[in-house]
Amino acid sequence: MVSSFKKALESGKFVVTSEVAPPKGTNLEKMIHHIELLRDKVDAINITDHQSSVMRFPSLGGAILIKEMGGEPILQMTCRDRNRLALQADLLFASSRGIHNVLCLTGDSVLLGDHKEAKSVFDLDSSQLLAAIRRLERGKDLAGNDLDGGISFCAGAIVTPEANPLEPQLIKFEKKIEAGAEFIQTQAVYDLDRFKQFMDYARQFPAKILAGVILLTSAPMARFMNKNVAGVNVPQELIDEMVSAPKGRAIEKGIEIAGRMIMRIKEERMCDGVHIMAIGREELVPDIMAVARLI
Amino acid sequence: MIRSITQQKSEEEILRLLEGLVRVFIIGCGTCVTLTHTGGEPEMEAMKEKLSDKGKLITGGVVLPVACDNLTGDALSKHGQQIAQADVLFIMTCAFGVQTVARQLKKLVVPALDTLFIGKETALGQFDEICLQCGACILGETGGICPVTSCHKGLVNGPCGGTNNGKCEIDSAKDCAWTLIYNRLKDLSSLDAMRRFQQPRNHQGEPKPGKLVISAS
Repeated sequence: MVSSFKKALESGKFVVTSEVAPPKGTNLEKMIHHIELLRDKVDAINITDHQSSVMRFPSLGGAILIKEMGGEPILQMTCRDRNRLALQADLLFASSRGIHNVLCLTGDSVLLGDHKEAKSVFDLDSSQLLAAIRRLERGKDLAGNDLDGGISFCAGAIVTPEANPLEPQLIKFEKKIEAGAEFIQTQAVYDLDRFKQFMDYARQFPAKILAGVILLTSAPMARFMNKNVAGVNVPQELIDEMVSAPKGRAIEKGIEIAGRMIMRIKEERMCDGVHIMAIGREELVPDIMAVARLI
Repeated sequence: MIRSITQQKSEEEILRLLEGLVRVFIIGCGTCVTLTHTGGEPEMEAMKEKLSDKGKLITGGVVLPVACDNLTGDALSKHGQQIAQADVLFIMTCAFGVQTVARQLKKLVVPALDTLFIGKETALGQFDEICLQCGACILGETGGICPVTSCHKGLVNGPCGGTNNGKCEIDSAKDCAWTLIYNRLKDLSSLDAMRRFQQPRNHQGEPKPGKLVISAS
């Protein structure tokens, strides 16, 4: 079973993905609305897994919903909350329900979320989860037992091109690809000249690279990310540009910046596509794509 | 030297644990808790005062030389009468000391401290966790720095994405273990060790509860 996302990656086209976040609770209206907006516009939709360690409706449930609504889900799976039994079981279940893309993440610490006293698991790490997927695909579980009925996944992982220090991250990045990552979504990049330097290095590996683009919603939000989000560096000139927006129009400026960056990434063929994140403002993703002339 | 690192429980919790218990005998320790200022002589004196203010009757107190030692029972026997008068032994030692006392005396025990980790003093007044006793040592592949202990997530294949400027995502005062390991292995021209894929860890190296019996042969 080759997923349509994998076909898109292999077609050589400029791939566009985005993401939606499950709700805290069972009111799925907003998520359904976001899926409806995105399903025909992007090649695949990531569904986040207790993003920032905040307990929510599960990513697996969201992925099934995307599938039922005719979209192409990328199931985000972190190693924070499940041991190797539960991770493998969820992969079997996902595959059985037609979900064939997975993004393997270590996961944020529970201390960053809303259940700060929870036990964190990390039985596997992201590279071991990737290796587990490849092993399950060969018909064996992590204990070496035969599976009755197999699985198939287009599996990916993430990298932070502007991590400091960078070298340890790159070693991990290479291990993820060796373990079986076919695609890599990057942490948000804003300095595209620096991103090009990363791509000069990354191009030698057999994985498709999707540049992470996070919508800037205000100048304070950009400054907040610079201060608090590892490996995110919004250059001062972009912050100045956000500040220059007329009062109440910062979001339009953010859309313009994101669209402009995506257009440049595509025109210069810097990498294989983009992953657009509009955290909390997913309804604006089509506007960003329109500015980028992707739709 | 291996040290048990402790922190005093909140006054609120201490008073909750001692609720309904009036006569209190206090036990401190001259080793780790003296070093961390959580259960030495001065802390015990301050605690006596604090508990007296809260209406407790202190029947006596002693700072044992090494509370986790098997001789603790003998050391306490000198205070037999004061202990016999007490409703509870309030113990300002690590959990090793609390359990040693509990095994040797038929008396209700209440710990004054939380035992945080087993570590060592790495600089004056600074204590770091060194070993989790996981039963599956990988120090030979990480330049002698333990990521199982020193990485918040216990990752064995390199850093997570939350590491920032060599510090951990949960606390900028804590070093990122994988930055330390990378730097060490680089200095030793042994980065290949970090490139090697580590299989999922055996989390049952010694299934809990740990027990070892050395045969006489």
